[in-house]
Amino acid sequence: MKAAVVVFPGSNRERDVGRALRDVTGHEPHYAWHADPVLPAGTDLVVLPGGFSYGDYLRCGAIAGRAAIMDAVRGHAARGGLVLGICNGFQILVESGLLPGVLMRNAGLKFACRMQHLRVERADTAFTRRYAAGQVIEVCIAHGEGNYVADDTTIARLEGDGLVAFRYCDSDGVVGGAANPNGSINAIAGIYSPSRTILGMMPHPENLIDPLVGGTDGRGLFESIAA
Amino acid sequence: MKARVIVTLKTGVLDPQGKAIEGALRSLGIEGVDSVRQGKVFEVELAGTDRASAEAALKTACDRLLANTVIENWRIEFA
Repeated sequence: MKAAVVVFPGSNRERDVGRALRDVTGHEPHYAWHADPVLPAGTDLVVLPGGFSYGDYLRCGAIAGRAAIMDAVRGHAARGGLVLGICNGFQILVESGLLPGVLMRNAGLKFACRMQHLRVERADTAFTRRYAAGQVIEVCIAHGEGNYVADDTTIARLEGDGLVAFRYCDSDGVVGGAANPNGSINAIAGIYSPSRTILGMMPHPENLIDPLVGGTDGRGLFESIAA
Repeated sequence: MKARVIVTLKTGVLDPQGKAIEGALRSLGIEGVDSVRQGKVFEVELAGTDRASAEAALKTACDRLLANTVIENWRIEFA
């Protein structure tokens, strides 16, 4: 499984996700520079990592979403290639139009940096087949603009077509309320494209892969991709 | 040629930053402010003097970058 992790000025979790991919596949991914017009031949997975690309100037992910490499990412996605956007990467995916909706400022206005339980909504995708449907996992979040917002038609379509990937929940799997860190509609923490080959998520599975940090619930996502 | 692009949130889009600013104005003792919504202003200097082509360029700039048209409106003012 060949992976390319795109690096923008201000990306800061590319090495974290590189480590997760190395752990699971045995080799480092290719790190692709944002201004490269093409991705390496044979790329199976493109990752847009977390961070503060372009300093979050204008809007989070707005400038990165228009970077030169994004045409290649779009082409890769159109051919059915996998795309994983984590945190700032999710923001870049919505700004580039590869996923619908928008990530706005957290409703409580505070930057949320904490452990977070998520409910895995379905386990039949390339990203979640090593989990069980309804499984509660614990990863972490670190974001100030993670409030997922979309119009009623889009939300109805996402829900109706089973395109919600993860929801914020508590340790018992109860969704929403205080367990929703940012006010996202329907406690949405991540969504798929209609083909379920593009996944955008605000939480950071790549940081929960080693028992040393207190949990390994994030491994399942990378093991699913590599399977 | 100088132009100003003003980007504002669409009606109904939640603006917690605007609310925070409202609260701050209130705590400064400024009375009678019913609501505040925060937007952005871009001051743009364009080469050339043709207003129509400047408008066209700025329209593209707004639709493609300066405004997220999912949640924002834009308008252009010329000096």
